[in-house]
Amino acid sequence: MLEIRGLRASAGDNEILRGIDLTVNAGEVHAIMGPNGSGKSTLAQVLAGHPAYEVTGGQVTYLGQDLLEMEPEIRAQAGVFLAFQYPVEIPGVSNAYFLRAAYNEIRRARGLDELDPMDFLDVLEEKLKVVEWGPEIMSRAVNSGFSGGEKKRNEILQMAVLEPKLAVLDETDSGLDIDALRIVASGVNRLRRPDNATIVVTHYQRLLNYIVPDHVHVLSGGRIVKSGGKELALELEARGYDWVEDTAGVA
Amino acid sequence: MSSPVETLVNNEYKYGFVTEIDADVAPRGLSEDIIRLISSKKSEPDWLLEWRLKAFRGWQKMAEPHSWPNIHYEPIDYQDIIYYSAPKTAKPLGSLDEVDPKLLETYAKLGIPLHEQKVLAGVAVDAIFDSVSVGTSYKARLMEQGIIFCSFGEAVREHPDLVRTWLGSVVPSSDNFFAALNAAVFSDGSFVYIPKGVKCPMELSTYFRINSAGTGQFERTLIVADEGASVSYLEGCTAPKRDTNQLHAAVVELVALDNASIKYSTVQNWYAGDERGVGGIYNFVTKRGKAQTNAKISWTQVETGSAITWKYPSVILQGDNSVGEFYSVAVVNGRQQADTGTKMIHIGKNTRSTIVSKGISAGQGQNSYRGQVRMLPKAAGARNYTQCDSMLIGNRCGAHTFPYIDVQNPTASLEHEASTSKIGEDQLFYCKQRGLSTENAISMIVNGFCKEVFKELPMEFAVEAQKLLGVSLEGSVG
Repeated sequence: MLEIRGLRASAGDNEILRGIDLTVNAGEVHAIMGPNGSGKSTLAQVLAGHPAYEVTGGQVTYLGQDLLEMEPEIRAQAGVFLAFQYPVEIPGVSNAYFLRAAYNEIRRARGLDELDPMDFLDVLEEKLKVVEWGPEIMSRAVNSGFSGGEKKRNEILQMAVLEPKLAVLDETDSGLDIDALRIVASGVNRLRRPDNATIVVTHYQRLLNYIVPDHVHVLSGGRIVKSGGKELALELEARGYDWVEDTAGVA
Repeated sequence: MSSPVETLVNNEYKYGFVTEIDADVAPRGLSEDIIRLISSKKSEPDWLLEWRLKAFRGWQKMAEPHSWPNIHYEPIDYQDIIYYSAPKTAKPLGSLDEVDPKLLETYAKLGIPLHEQKVLAGVAVDAIFDSVSVGTSYKARLMEQGIIFCSFGEAVREHPDLVRTWLGSVVPSSDNFFAALNAAVFSDGSFVYIPKGVKCPMELSTYFRINSAGTGQFERTLIVADEGASVSYLEGCTAPKRDTNQLHAAVVELVALDNASIKYSTVQNWYAGDERGVGGIYNFVTKRGKAQTNAKISWTQVETGSAITWKYPSVILQGDNSVGEFYSVAVVNGRQQADTGTKMIHIGKNTRSTIVSKGISAGQGQNSYRGQVRMLPKAAGARNYTQCDSMLIGNRCGAHTFPYIDVQNPTASLEHEASTSKIGEDQLFYCKQRGLSTENAISMIVNGFCKEVFKELPMEFAVEAQKLLGVSLEGSVG
């Protein structure tokens, strides 16, 4: 599904990604771990096409297409979803309106008819169960005045509605208490299917107790320095990031 | 790193067509003779001619306001303007059937059919084409309840006592430079009278359009809601695309007697000029209402057009417990300049006013909010709430706020909140990551920003306003 080869990216004069190689197949869950400043979030943002980052080298192929050539909204319409570390507030725009607009854009891109607000309500009702929410959340403005946990749950709700093929979760566990963490993780698990894939970016192992990855990669200094199975996350938890950085010979 | 919140292209102005039609045109320039000509063309009574001439003599001693508003333009040559232009066929009209089909076509293009469908939709329309009103629909039905809704000219002929009583009672002819000019040369407009205790059963609407080249439009609207009456009035404006500036100096007076209520909504989309700032309408308008005991006056405006807007719809809260409201969205893009806001003058006890202003600046547009709140000595318990928000799109535009506050009664209270935000790349990126195009994302963010104002508009106007906002900001982000 996703092939990343030698990906390099900078913000201003600062090179952050220094040659990333990663292959993600349909049905898989990959965890990207690493210390602060290692480039985890940058990788997530670059995959979604954030304009603040300049890609300076490498290729990314998504479902046979050159992902880096696509505008952010085209990537989204093609099924790439980023759950933001810091979801953005949009005052005055209701959650329901925003979600329906996004849902219809994606349907249009896939050659399907738009849904009117009534039909969309039926879709929503199902999806709200994924994050254990009632309908009252839909009349609130997008993320406006939401708590940190509510914002993250809202991201998972959007993911449930938009049904991405490739979901990238950027530090979705940060700022969550244990109940919210459980809801968010079980939401993600319910959305797992053989034909989609998930990349979970996280600093801590604890999220991976709930979302069990097939592969774990450790990012350090803008490169993947170690890859392994789910047990790698536990080992990291026990021995700390210094251990991988030392064994990989990265300063 | 290149920012997407940049480059500006002026969008096509889709109302920029010109209707080929014979017009009865006065010679260029302004003098007492021209005023006499206008007055005689309209077969006006002597008192009105005298009123005009007095205004003109006052105007000659006044100067165009250039020092205090935050707008910049070359002084206008008032001798180079045509002050009267009437479509030749539009003399005495009994019914819509007599209206020139070309005119009706123009209105159809603008999306305001005068015919029954609109009537069924519950909107009575008075259409002003250049200087004269060409037809008023649904008049008879309104007349059954004693409601008068007609062109100003007709009101002068048919209801002279009402006009004479209230004309200039809120905006005197000496009020300011542009109001005085209007008083001297106004050629038509709308007149509304709602009798005691009557609630007008439909929205009343006027659609203004400037057609002839080099003409100024100086319409005058007078709305009187008698005791306990209520009315909602809509005003929409467009003009053809031309490369010279055209002056629009209108006056609107609202009179709300005891327990009456007037809601006045405007969607203004005059031609704004091209991307270099050539052409466009100078929209210099005086709008004011006077509210008596327990009366309420509410202004809602959505200003997206005009090269320059200079406009402060105001309320004089004369009677005890009277209420004034001002809800405004002003958008500038390209080289547009807007200096707009309101005045709330609290005279009576326990008077209340609310001001919600949303300014949006894109391109190289300059947007100024100018608002005055005065609490006079007798305004015990008066309250004002002001919220003034600005949004910037791109790096070359400007937002300015000029609040004037004058409180002379110790029991009066006043709140002022202001904010400035920028459509950030993060907000845009978030929407795009959910599949929305840049244009749709901006339109959604801006509409969310303006929601508090749009919800004050009548339903069908709110839809039009949202669309207009999208069109006005098209191309504001690359």
